[in-house]
Amino acid sequence: MAETMTLIPGRTTKQGVGLLESKFKKQYRDATTTVEINVEDMARLGLKDGCKVRLRSANGVTTVKCTGRKTEDLPTGVLFIAYGPPTSKLMGTDTGASGMPLSKHLEVELERVN
Amino acid sequence: MGSTLRIVNGRVYDPANDVDGKTRDICIKDGKIVKSVPPKTKCIDAKGMVVMPGGVDIHCHIAGAKANIARKLQPDDHRRDVHHRLDLKKVNTRSGTGGTVPSTFTTGYRYATMGYTTAMEAAVPPLLARHTLDEFDDTPVIDKGFYILMGNNVLLYQMLQEGRHEEIRNAVAWWLNATKSYTTKLVNPGGDEPWKGHRNATITQLNDKIDGYEQLTPRKIITSMVNTVEDLGLPHPVHIHCNNLGHSGNYKTTLETMKATGGRRIHITHIQFHSYGGKPNENPTSKAPQIAEYINNNPNITADVGQVMFGRSTSMTADAPLAWMLTRYSNDKRWVNADTECESGCGIIPFAYQEQVYTHALQWAIGLELFLLSKDPWRMVLSTDHPNGGTFTSYPRLIRTLMDREFRKQQMDSVNQKAVAKIKRGHHMEREYTLQEIAIVTRAGPARILGLKNKGHLGPGADADITIYDEHEDKELMFSAPRYVLKSGHLIIDNHEFRNNHEGKILHVAPGYDEGIKDVIRPFVEDFYTIKFDNYAVSDHYIPRHEVVPTAKQ
Amino acid sequence: MGAATEAKSEANIKTVENATCTFCGCLCDDMVLTVDMDAKKITKAKNACVLGKALFLSHEEEDRPFALIDGKPATLKEGVEEAAQILANARFPMFYGMSDTTCEAQRQNVALVDMVGGTIDSTTSVCHGPTGMALQGVGESTATLGEIKNRADLVIYWGGNPAESLPRHFARYAVTAKGMYTPNRKKDRTIVNVDVRRTKSVPVADIFIQVKIGADFELLWALRALVKGRHVDPNIEKRTGVSLETMKDLVERMKNCRYGVLFFGMGLSMTRGRHFNSAAILSLASDLNEYTHFIATPMRGHGNVTGADIVVSWQTGYPFGVNFSRGYPKFNPGEFTATDMFARGDADAGLILASDPGSNFTQAAIDHMKKIPMIVLDPKLTHTAKLARVAFTTSHYGINTGGTAYRSDGVPIELRPCLDSKYPSDEEVIRAIYKRVEQLLKTRKKTKGTNNKRRKAA
Repeated sequence: MAETMTLIPGRTTKQGVGLLESKFKKQYRDATTTVEINVEDMARLGLKDGCKVRLRSANGVTTVKCTGRKTEDLPTGVLFIAYGPPTSKLMGTDTGASGMPLSKHLEVELERVN
Repeated sequence: MGSTLRIVNGRVYDPANDVDGKTRDICIKDGKIVKSVPPKTKCIDAKGMVVMPGGVDIHCHIAGAKANIARKLQPDDHRRDVHHRLDLKKVNTRSGTGGTVPSTFTTGYRYATMGYTTAMEAAVPPLLARHTLDEFDDTPVIDKGFYILMGNNVLLYQMLQEGRHEEIRNAVAWWLNATKSYTTKLVNPGGDEPWKGHRNATITQLNDKIDGYEQLTPRKIITSMVNTVEDLGLPHPVHIHCNNLGHSGNYKTTLETMKATGGRRIHITHIQFHSYGGKPNENPTSKAPQIAEYINNNPNITADVGQVMFGRSTSMTADAPLAWMLTRYSNDKRWVNADTECESGCGIIPFAYQEQVYTHALQWAIGLELFLLSKDPWRMVLSTDHPNGGTFTSYPRLIRTLMDREFRKQQMDSVNQKAVAKIKRGHHMEREYTLQEIAIVTRAGPARILGLKNKGHLGPGADADITIYDEHEDKELMFSAPRYVLKSGHLIIDNHEFRNNHEGKILHVAPGYDEGIKDVIRPFVEDFYTIKFDNYAVSDHYIPRHEVVPTAKQ
Repeated sequence: MGAATEAKSEANIKTVENATCTFCGCLCDDMVLTVDMDAKKITKAKNACVLGKALFLSHEEEDRPFALIDGKPATLKEGVEEAAQILANARFPMFYGMSDTTCEAQRQNVALVDMVGGTIDSTTSVCHGPTGMALQGVGESTATLGEIKNRADLVIYWGGNPAESLPRHFARYAVTAKGMYTPNRKKDRTIVNVDVRRTKSVPVADIFIQVKIGADFELLWALRALVKGRHVDPNIEKRTGVSLETMKDLVERMKNCRYGVLFFGMGLSMTRGRHFNSAAILSLASDLNEYTHFIATPMRGHGNVTGADIVVSWQTGYPFGVNFSRGYPKFNPGEFTATDMFARGDADAGLILASDPGSNFTQAAIDHMKKIPMIVLDPKLTHTAKLARVAFTTSHYGINTGGTAYRSDGVPIELRPCLDSKYPSDEEVIRAIYKRVEQLLKTRKKTKGTNNKRRKAA
C-alpha cells in the first residue's frame, strides 16, 4: 500500500558534522538515510521509529528508515530528510533550463518495507 | 624588464617637457625612458607617426565589488560584445566579454589597445579593498590604483563629531596603508546615514545636519578631509563626487564645495554632472560657464569632465540615493543597491543616453562646454566617469569631437535642439583641441594631478609607457588604433597586433601614522563590523607587483 | 598585524587566532585554534559552532596516495600527466565545483577552462544560481552583514534553516547580535520565519508563517501587490495556506520598519519556480524601498561558493554555466550547467574541484560521469573521487592552505592556515596541469576546438 507524499531534502547539523568526518562513516550515513514522517501518517501506515520504508519517485527508488515528527513541526503528507546519495537517486534531471534540478518538494510514493 | 629600444622619426608630444610635435628620438632601457642608448639598439621607425606618453585614466570604475555586481547584472550587455582569446601558439591571452562593464582581462587589453597604460579605479569601500586588488591582479598590462571611500565612514564621523582631528589624520593614514590605496574619495558626503538609517532620505545642502550626528555637516566632512589629506602630503588631493549630483541647480553646491576648501587642493570629479542650473525637479539648464570660470580662476581646483557619450552606459556609483533617483529615468529597471557596513553605499542601474532626450543632450553639451571653456587643460582633464557617462572605449570619439569642429557641429545639429539652445554661444564653440592639448588632457594632465612623477611624460626617468599613433585625419580612427603601445618598455601592441602579455603594478601610498591609532580603530571594528580587526588590513599577498608613491613628507 | 602567538611548551602547542572557518557561508573569522603541531591535529576551536568544531577537530593528516589513476596509487607527476592528456584531448570537457577551495585556485581553474575551450560551472548552479539569474532579470537591494547587525529591526527568514546550516548566523549577524542601533539585541528586532515546515530556526522567530508547499511564489507576489496597495483576491488564502490578515500584517511591518531584511534559502531556489521565486523576493525587497530601507540577501551554504560566483563573474562576465568552446565566454543556464551537461551525456571529460557531485547530483548525471574520464581534486575521499580516472589528494583550504574566500555577503577574507600538509594545494595541482596542457596544445598540429572541415557554400 503505497502513499503519495512530498519529500523535502535539506541540510541538518548532524549531516554536516557527519560529512566532515567522512561520507562513508556512520553519522553521515545515518543522517542521510533517516526520513522524518508526520506521526499521524506513521500511525496510519502502521510504522514505528526505525522501520524501513521505500521511497519511489519518477526517477528512482531508495530505502531509508523512518522517525516521527509532530504535526505542528511537519505537516501530514510531508517528509524531510538530510540530502545525500539516497535523495540524489530520487531527483529528476529536468532543470527547466536553469541548471537547478528540482531538489525539494519531490513527489514520492512511500511504502513500508517488511 | 623590457628591451632596450629607440623610437625614431616620430613627432613627439610631451607637454610636461615642452615638446610640441618635434621629431626626436625616445630611448628606452630597463622599462624606463633614458637619455641615450647604444647606437646598435633596435629601433621602431615612427615616421609619419605621433608619439605620446601612455594614456592615464584618472577616474573609472573597473574593478571591485561594485563593478562586479554590474558585470553580473548584464549578461545581455556582454553577449553583444565578446572578446576572443588569441591563438595560443602566438600569445597566451584570456578571453572575456565587453559591453559597458567588461570582464577584467578584456578591460586591461582594451585599455592597452587604445594606448592607455594607467587607470585609477575611483571608488572602493575600504572593507572590500581586497576584492579590487584581486580583480586588478586579473587586469593585464596597465598600472592601476584606487581611491577609498571615506566620506561616509562612521568611525571618522564619530572622531569628527568630537573634534579628534589628530586621530582622524592617523586613522586616514592607517586606512590608506591597510588598503594599499591611493587617496581618499568622498561621494555625496553625509548622504549614507539618511539613506540607510532614515528610510531612504538624502542630504541636499552642505550645511544639512547628518542623521545621528548633530555636529556634522557635509561641509565639515569635506573641510576635514581636505585638511587631512594636505597634512598627509598625499600626491593626489581629496577626490570628490559632490553632493546633489544630477539635480537641477546643483552648480551652487559645486561652487560652495570648491569654496569650502579655503584655497587648498581638491579634485572635483565628473564635474559635468555637477554643472546644472534650473530649479529642483524641473528641467536642468547649463551652468558650465560659471563652473569653468571658477576653475579657470582658482588654481587649487582640478577636475575631470565626466563627459556623457550617447549610447548604452551603466550608472554605478557609491551615491546610492542618486541611483535610486535614476530608476525613474531609466527604461531598464534592474536597480541594484548595496550597502557596505560602516563605510559606504552603492547603487547601480543600466542606462542609455539618447540624442533626442533633452536632458541627455544637455548633459552632453555641458561636458563639451567645460572642455571648450577651459583655459587650463592641465586642470580640466578627460573622463567619461566610465561607465557612468560612457565607456572608456568611447574616448577616441570624444577626442575627435574636441579636435574636429565640423564633426562636433554635425553632432550638435543632430541632437535635441531645445537642449542645444540652452548652451552659451561664443568663440569657444569654434575651438579645436590641438594634439598637444589632447596629450595634456589624456596623459600629462591626469598624471600631474595624480602626482605620478613617472607617468604622463617622456623625459628621462619616466616609465616607458608610450603610445605611437599613425596620423589620421579622422582622429577617432587614429586614437582608437595605435600602431605601437609600450608598457614598461615591453612592446604590447606591435603593428596593431597584440603581441605580449604583461602584468602591470599597483600604485599606492604609504603615509606614516602613529601605531597607537590601531587601539582606537580596533574596538570600533570589533563592535560594529563583522570581521576581526586583525583580519581587516590587506596583506602583501594582494600586491605582488607594486610601487609606493611617496607623499610630500617622505 | 600578526595573529599567531607561539606558546612554547614541551608538547609543541601553537595557538592561531583570527582563523576563519570555511564550512558554511558565515565564514566566521574569529576562530581561536589550539594546534598540536606534533600530532598535526587541532585540539580546540574556540568560537566555532558544532559544524566548525567538526571541521577543525576531525581534521587529520590523510595517509592516502598523492594521486590515484584508475584506483591505483600514483605520484603527483603521473597524475598531472594523465589529467593533462585527458583535458588536451577532450572536445567538450566539463569543469565543476569550486565551492570549497580558495579564490586563487578558482582563478587558475577558470584559466585552464579558457585555454582548453571547456565549460565551467560551480556549485552555485545548484545553490543560488537561480538567484543569480533573478538578479540579471530584476536587480537586487543588498547589504553586507554588518549593516544588518547594526540597523535591521525587521528580519525575515524565508525558505532557509540557518539554525542547522549556518549555526552562528543568528548570533553573529541578525537575531541576537548587538549592533550600533540594536544595542538591546533581539529586543530591538522583530524576527519572522516563513517556511513549509517548522524547522529548528522557528523558535527564535516572533512570527512563524507556514506556507503551503509550492506556494512561495504566489505568497511573495501577493505581498508585492499588497505593498503597492493593490487588491488581492481572497482565494490566495487557500492557494498559499496563509490568511490575508497575516499577509497584511506582515506588509505593514515591512513598510514601517527602519531597516528590513529578507534572508532566503534553498526553499526558494530549489523549488518549483526557482529563479522566479528568487526574483519575486528580490523584487519585493526592491519595491519596499519606496517606503523604507529594505534589502534581500541569499543564505549560502558553502564556505566559498560566493567566491566562485565572484571569480567567474569578473573573469568572464557571467557567474556560472560558462562555455569557452568558441574562444570566448558564453552563458546559458540549462545548456552549460553541470547537472544538464552530465545528465544529457554531453561532456566527454570532467574535472571536479572541491565538490562531490558523485554524491549530490541526479542519477543520470552520476551514471554519465562513470562513463567518461573524470579528474577530481579533493582533500577527502569522496563518492566522486571513487568514480574518477584521476583523483588527487589535495590539502585543506583554510587549515593547510591560505588564500582568499568570500563570505555570502561578498566580504573577502584572507585565510590563516595553521598546519602544513604534505599534499599540494588545489591551486598548485591546477597550475601543474595547466602548464602541461599548455605545452601539449602548443605543440599539437590541429588548432584546438575548431572544426577543421570546410563547409561547402550553400
